[in-house]
Amino acid sequence: MNFEFSEEQVMIKDSVARFVRDEYDFDTRRKIIDSEEGINRDFWTMFAELGWLSVPFEEQYGGFGGSVEDLVAVMEELGKGIVVEPYVSTVVIFGGLLSAATNADLKSTYIPKIIDGSCLGSFAFLEPQSRFEIADIATSATVGKDGYAINGTKTVVFNGASADSLIVAARTSGEQFDRDGISLFMVAADAPGVSIHSYKTMDGQSASTISFNDVLVTESQLLGAAGQGMEIVDQVMPNILLALSAEALGIMATLNAITVDYTKTRQQFGTPISSFQALQHRMVDTFMACEQSKSLLYRGLCDANKVAVDPSVGTAELLKSVHALKATVAKYGKLIGEEAIQIHGGIGITDELNIGHYVKRLMTINVTFGDADFHQKKFNQLSYSSL
Amino acid sequence: MDINFSAQDLEFRDEVRAFFASEYDAKVAESLSSGQGEDYKEAIVAWQKKLHAKGWIAPGWPKEYGGTGWSVTQKFIYETERGAAGIPDVVPFGLKMVAPVIYTFGSEEQKAKFLPRILSSEDWWCQGYSEPGAGSDLAALNTTAEYAGDNYIVNGRKIWTTFAQFADWIFCLVRTSKDVRKQQGISFLLIDMNTPGVSVKPIPTIDGKHSLNEVLFEDALVPRENLIGEQDKGWTYAKALLAHERTGMAEVADSKRMLANLKQRAAAEVNGGQPMIADPVFQMRLSDIEMQLMALEYTELRVFASMAAGGMPGPESSLLKIKGTEISQSIHELQLQLAAYYGGALQGDLSNQQLGHEFAAEARKSYMYGRAASIYGGSNEVQRNVIAKAVLGL
Repeated sequence: MNFEFSEEQVMIKDSVARFVRDEYDFDTRRKIIDSEEGINRDFWTMFAELGWLSVPFEEQYGGFGGSVEDLVAVMEELGKGIVVEPYVSTVVIFGGLLSAATNADLKSTYIPKIIDGSCLGSFAFLEPQSRFEIADIATSATVGKDGYAINGTKTVVFNGASADSLIVAARTSGEQFDRDGISLFMVAADAPGVSIHSYKTMDGQSASTISFNDVLVTESQLLGAAGQGMEIVDQVMPNILLALSAEALGIMATLNAITVDYTKTRQQFGTPISSFQALQHRMVDTFMACEQSKSLLYRGLCDANKVAVDPSVGTAELLKSVHALKATVAKYGKLIGEEAIQIHGGIGITDELNIGHYVKRLMTINVTFGDADFHQKKFNQLSYSSL
Repeated sequence: MDINFSAQDLEFRDEVRAFFASEYDAKVAESLSSGQGEDYKEAIVAWQKKLHAKGWIAPGWPKEYGGTGWSVTQKFIYETERGAAGIPDVVPFGLKMVAPVIYTFGSEEQKAKFLPRILSSEDWWCQGYSEPGAGSDLAALNTTAEYAGDNYIVNGRKIWTTFAQFADWIFCLVRTSKDVRKQQGISFLLIDMNTPGVSVKPIPTIDGKHSLNEVLFEDALVPRENLIGEQDKGWTYAKALLAHERTGMAEVADSKRMLANLKQRAAAEVNGGQPMIADPVFQMRLSDIEMQLMALEYTELRVFASMAAGGMPGPESSLLKIKGTEISQSIHELQLQLAAYYGGALQGDLSNQQLGHEFAAEARKSYMYGRAASIYGGSNEVQRNVIAKAVLGL
């Protein structure tokens, strides 16, 4: 039994923590958000030099050969700084899909570029009607003489504005809700027929509406077998949920720490408000919420490590664990965010204070790839339908 | 990160599993669950004697006094298997509460006199802590012990004394000095329940059972040799014991078994022809609990892992009692919800089978008595005070 991060993981965790502490204070972050592109390219280069962009990738592509556990170590610390550079979009999701892809040429072309920082990527999957059902895809890829033509609109594509390349989920066969028939294509962001309209999001990041008008792609741009794109998505999804939850956990722990500290200095009625039992018990509840979330994260990691050794066992447990984790993190994240604001009082709802900005990132994570109710329903299906 | 056990630990787990499977048979289970009064005492004592014969009665004790010498991991495995098998824990008052005080703070004579009889379940112990005016504020206790000759003369009233009706001995906190800080005038006394002046009065509880009592002391003479450690130092000894009491309170394995039973019952109970387990609202209530329990299981594992590595339990340990009792109470609540009308029957001479919905009456009783879980062992509000101070520094 072991719940410690390895020496190597502690090293990388410490290096991210140092960066957040020394170079990524709240004012720096605000300036980045207000800048034209909304991310700091110099920092991204620095991430590449420090090896953070290589963490989950196989050594044959120049990666660190890390597991999802290594990724979690990084994400928790990035969460503490609510870092807006597109690590989730590029490394966790875009990179994760590539790692699970079977197209060797695409992998050997793009993974090294992610690692050296020269390629930012995004996953264009969501459509105006699809909400949390990834398989609800109307965007079509119809067979033409040299490949396919993609037509349709993708919405809320995270970090689409700065992406060099997009992985696009489009339907090559089947009906709107079918899981079969979805294909994943690698498409250059500047390919003819791609038009991108971007906007800022509440968490200091950005998203885009992207339309595809007869965008021509060849078979060589397919990540895997045509029509089997959901297999790749399913394979990566536990890791994505673990990584997002780790980021959320970093934010939750930070919100709790800031709030506890604040109550020790804020004086009312001639005494620090930390002495009020009504507030103490609420802070104990948010402390417990954070610890319970951490336990579910560790549970998910233990399950993922087991599946990594032998994929034929433990997949059902892993899915149950990650659904429980994402649902719990969403629920507790909301509790912790709301309590942080309430306990701060009026200052808690100001834009000037960092609290609200942590809360808004939690709110974005909450809906990314399914909110609390969505994941709890999935958990219920897995747990109770066979009884 | 992993939760893998070593080959030896797995071997140990199999041994424990096999022992429980062969020794804790349906007959023992039946007499324990349906037993009231003396039947219950007989059944649990018989089971404890089996554990004693096997040498497994006191995993928490140091080996020199009769403990098992198990590693932290082995103790954890043992507890997990016990809960999974649906076997009730040993009666804690002797084995888990007073014994650690005796072997830590008692004299050689006291150890020799009391510990073997606790191990063999010859003596039944009960706990004399709470009083009408001393609940969460335990140090406000008022039962006095006046030193005269070679005896203490004890006067006062203890309440919520579980199973005092069966007890041969009671361990008490008594006031030996006034006019000092209230924690400083308290002593730890062991009192023979047969002492003239000691009497027991039942306190019926809302589950319809009799487990709680009031214990009265009217000029009861207690020999000085029954004082633990030094006079007026009892609070220190009791505090050490309270910490001991809190560590075993997550009861994850027990809650997992209760939840598994609840799911089986929910598959059997129907509403409008649909099994309750298929009802989407019921499923949400169920998974609210199950996800919490999955988290608590790992919180407990994290605590055990840090203890097994020779460390002290970290801040995560302090929430075990609160979350553990909240979860077991919410299982009781959902079970009662499942019992619907059928949980209201006071069965009289009818058997559970005759009543139908066999689990229902028990569901009501567990729910009612289960309310005590967030009150005893330091109420959950007191636990929150402890975390606020010790962990958050508020």
